[in-house]
Amino acid sequence: MAEPLLVVDGVTCRFGGLVAVNAASLGAQEGQITALIGPNGAGKTTLFSIISGFVRANQGSVHFAGQNVTGEPPYRLARRGIARTFQIVQPFYGLSVRENILVGAHLHHRKRDAALAVADQIGRDVGLGEMLDRAADQLTVAGRKRLELARSLATEPKLLLLDEVLAGLNPSEIRDIVPVIREFCRRGITILMIEHVMQAVMSLAEQVFVLAEGRIIAKGTPTEIVADPAVVEAYLGRGAAARLGARHGH
Amino acid sequence: MRPFLPIAAVLAVLAAVPFVVHSNTTLNFLVVALMIALAGQGWNILGGYGGQYSFGHAAFFGTGTYVTAILQVRYGVNAWFGFVGGIVAGAALGGALGALVFRSGLRGSYFALVTLAFAEVLRIIASVAPITGAGVGTLIKLDLGIRTFQFQSRAAFYWIILALVGVSLVLAQLIERSRFGAWLIAVRENEDAAKALGVDASTVKTVAMVISAAITAAAGCFYAQYFLFVDSGIAYGTWISIEALLTPIIGGVGTVFGPLLGALVVKTLGEAAKLLTGDAPGLDLIIYGTVLVLVIWIMPRGLIGGLASARKLMRREAPAAPTGEVRHG
Repeated sequence: MAEPLLVVDGVTCRFGGLVAVNAASLGAQEGQITALIGPNGAGKTTLFSIISGFVRANQGSVHFAGQNVTGEPPYRLARRGIARTFQIVQPFYGLSVRENILVGAHLHHRKRDAALAVADQIGRDVGLGEMLDRAADQLTVAGRKRLELARSLATEPKLLLLDEVLAGLNPSEIRDIVPVIREFCRRGITILMIEHVMQAVMSLAEQVFVLAEGRIIAKGTPTEIVADPAVVEAYLGRGAAARLGARHGH
Repeated sequence: MRPFLPIAAVLAVLAAVPFVVHSNTTLNFLVVALMIALAGQGWNILGGYGGQYSFGHAAFFGTGTYVTAILQVRYGVNAWFGFVGGIVAGAALGGALGALVFRSGLRGSYFALVTLAFAEVLRIIASVAPITGAGVGTLIKLDLGIRTFQFQSRAAFYWIILALVGVSLVLAQLIERSRFGAWLIAVRENEDAAKALGVDASTVKTVAMVISAAITAAAGCFYAQYFLFVDSGIAYGTWISIEALLTPIIGGVGTVFGPLLGALVVKTLGEAAKLLTGDAPGLDLIIYGTVLVLVIWIMPRGLIGGLASARKLMRREAPAAPTGEVRHG
């Protein structure tokens, strides 16, 4: 297998006495969808924040496209082609949907007209075509998730970090957005996603990493992962996702 | 060209005023209002578009005023070059302060406090330093002429300050529709989200502060030429910091015409309150303050924002109100 597009090696991050991420290593193969799962508080979002430059790791390194990008600020990583969405959506509430996406599109398009064309196209691609003139604060939760996705896609990333874009959506909304994610992967964007919705992980991801208490405790294909006793233990032991155990534990 | 049509129309109307109005008092009032509008437009670039609320734009206004005056009086520099020198000095100060403050990550009320303190420090220094004339201030010698940038006619000054306001309006319009403007607004709305989209937030804010400082400094340079006198209380006093932030807030923060509209309204209000109360000391300020509080209470987005919401409301009453999301899945 070729060198992965993203290589996280032995990353440790402490907040005071709390070790949020403990010597975690993972990789995302180019052109694939990789999932990062784990119980609440496992350190998934912290690991994402380290990869996207918002949090500094105490130890370890992040390599992107063969280059060491450890500790680079977020805007520079974005220019290299790493885009992220936020778990708690962060739209520019005072702006319209189009203007929101436009900010991302401006990264590689200086001219307003060119950036607007990109923004409109991506808005339609994620299913916000009819909402473009609407104010961002008028969108529903599902709409905001789509906007979050559209804005980061507008930066034309090589690697897209999705932090729970499906959380808070109902099953039909999930059914709607999963093909959108798959489509962008098909267009060549490598995706690393944090996700709790196992149904989506099973159908989308080719590779899964499991983070528990800051450590990577398992990796493999979705089918291998759900059968892994260590994974079932991690969820069941905390009593957080008993139904996962009930479905796959026998 | 179309976005610039309203600016051209407003400037054309204002430029015609001296042909109709000959009263020196009225022209003087308008010149001062336009000067405040210019200072307010400077504040608006950083505060309105960038969301960085400065309480110390006196620092830039005063630097413009002093540099213009001192270059002429002490170094014999031509008034026009002195004027440009004042703008450059203001911009440089804005860049230095911006780099310092934004690189160290000061936001919100911390930013406001640092700018306020900075202007106060400059005021205190200017009130004792020999080069500024300390407590006595600096007087520019009366010497009418184009070369000395001094005019007998109020109308001449009126057109000059109107031209400067015009430049600032065009600049604001250009910024609003540029990539830099989109990034600046993104930083105002949500700095972290902007960074994730590739925006170098501290550089964007620093550049905005340079432009902002240059415009407010230009208002200060104009002050020096118009009144031919400056001391530390005028140049670096809190009055101008407050006027510079009040006018865009009243008029409409982050809009092209906000500062101009705000300045005209606020200044008219001030004069009206004075007329109304006659000699009763301080009563005009109470009326003035009450009306300002009311405006901000009723229209938190300023007069322009209030008008826009009113228009939207009227339009919405005719057809059925749009329902939530069209697509559900």
